[in-house]
Amino acid sequence: MEDYNDMELMICVASRLLEDGSLISVGTGAPCAAAMLAQKLYSPNLLITFEAGSIAPILLTMPVSVGDSRTMFKAIQTTSMSEIMELLQRGMVDYCFLGGAQIDMYGNLNSTIIGSDYRYPKVRLPGSGGANDFGSLAWKTIVITPQSPRRFVQKVDFITTPGYLTGVGAREKAGLPPNTGPYKVITNLAVLGYDEETKRMLLESIHPGVTLDEIKANTGFELLMKEKILITEPPRKKELRTLREEVDPLKLIIGKEAI
Amino acid sequence: MQSPEEQFLPPDPDEMRPFFRKKTKKLINKLTSVQKAVSELIHDGDYISIGGFGMVRIPSAVLFEIVRQKKKNLSFAGHTATFDCIILAAGKAFNKCDISYVIGLEAFGIPKQTRKYFETEVNCTEWSNAALAWRYKAAAMGLSFIPIRTMLGTDTGRCSTAKEIICPFTEKKYLAVPALYPDVAIIHVHEADIYGNSHIRGITVSDQDLARASKRVIITAERIIPAEFFRNNPENTTIPFYLVDALIEVPFGSYPGNMPYEYFLDADHIREWIEAEKDCEKYSAFINKNIFECNNFNDYLNINGGLERLRNLRDIEYLIENKKES
Repeated sequence: MEDYNDMELMICVASRLLEDGSLISVGTGAPCAAAMLAQKLYSPNLLITFEAGSIAPILLTMPVSVGDSRTMFKAIQTTSMSEIMELLQRGMVDYCFLGGAQIDMYGNLNSTIIGSDYRYPKVRLPGSGGANDFGSLAWKTIVITPQSPRRFVQKVDFITTPGYLTGVGAREKAGLPPNTGPYKVITNLAVLGYDEETKRMLLESIHPGVTLDEIKANTGFELLMKEKILITEPPRKKELRTLREEVDPLKLIIGKEAI
Repeated sequence: MQSPEEQFLPPDPDEMRPFFRKKTKKLINKLTSVQKAVSELIHDGDYISIGGFGMVRIPSAVLFEIVRQKKKNLSFAGHTATFDCIILAAGKAFNKCDISYVIGLEAFGIPKQTRKYFETEVNCTEWSNAALAWRYKAAAMGLSFIPIRTMLGTDTGRCSTAKEIICPFTEKKYLAVPALYPDVAIIHVHEADIYGNSHIRGITVSDQDLARASKRVIITAERIIPAEFFRNNPENTTIPFYLVDALIEVPFGSYPGNMPYEYFLDADHIREWIEAEKDCEKYSAFINKNIFECNNFNDYLNINGGLERLRNLRDIEYLIENKKES
């Protein structure tokens, strides 16, 4: 088996989730690498968009901003942010990738403040950006994040972006469109999904070499368990080769530590 | 310091109509200087919005001049405001902010002093990117609000000034977000004619709606071109002359940000800035050197490598490697 690091594993696993012909909105970093890898190996017709306005670019090198030149290289259309947000609101965006400083068992995300008082935060974070919009309206939200008790918390300090909010029916009650919401969480330790009945986070597969105790110790809430927990398929040879040679040859993403 | 649910500007379209009525519709020369545009069109306490996307196509010359002229108590739309936000924070130019995304420089990380400024001196209200984009759209349409389907059920929505409404046709729940009519929009474009007709290449982000929504519009352009460019190809008019109040030719005007199809962002300078923000003394020396000791934007370009550096950033933009004489 080939050697690989956490970041490479997370990107490879994420790339397998995106079926051909779907529309994805990506950000910079690991999500962008996963979409590029998927397009090269599995989903040649994956329609990649960036929230700042670029549609169907040919991604040659890694962008540093979701609005920089690299996101529009040989794009089919360059348009406005509202046009991207409107196709999202019309129901055309299948997948989005999000991250955050904190996530809870319902997949709610915080990227606004650390601390319990909004008026006097301990730490001010950048804010929603497009995350709330994508978490509200994309059919399936995938989170790629390192797993630690500091990040996987019982209650997020601030719900920047909606997951399943307080559980079954809560999104619909709030007015969000039906059948949307959190889909998978890919961490450096495991792949997590959501339980149909309770909308709570569920352990689906453990990465090779990781123990269940390790996962529990890095989760600040009770994880539901699938009856049969699988071992995550490690990165395939061709995935690693394409990722290292074509997607991120400068190691801008895969050279980084997952945590 | 954050005070949620503060409406920084009234969204009343009937206050705006008489203003828009009086805007000049004559084809007249709008060319001016950065110093004049900032001193005459931006007043303490104004609400300002910046075009582009944080580190991409930003009107740097005007931003630095706002700081040099010590403008204060501005309100500011943090609509993916990253490097633009950091320049204005260096002068503590604003104390109110509608936030969708601020401070963080995406892949580059978070500058410390700017973050501290937000934590202690700025009144904030939360939004999402779509919410702010659509607030400009509502204003561009001449309305007072627009119904949207995001921010529902979240603290982002709770700490905004949006209100829940029920659709009279479908009984679905929406958030009504107030139209945003800024006092001043400042937008950097690729090219413009002397009347202010402007052409943006690549993504337009929210700039078309922003130009329509704002009371006053300042354009900086990489270059001034003949009006025939627009007359012969009217589809090239991204922003039309009748929205524009002042126009300045500023080559390399988005530096250190990226100008798509022209030059890439200066990653070294951006990293240097973030590094300087780690230490109060270093930061104030850095700000003095890069802003207050510069008389104009050209000085700033020159102390950071001048034409040689800019040529290099153009090579990076064009993905040209190994450019050596044979």
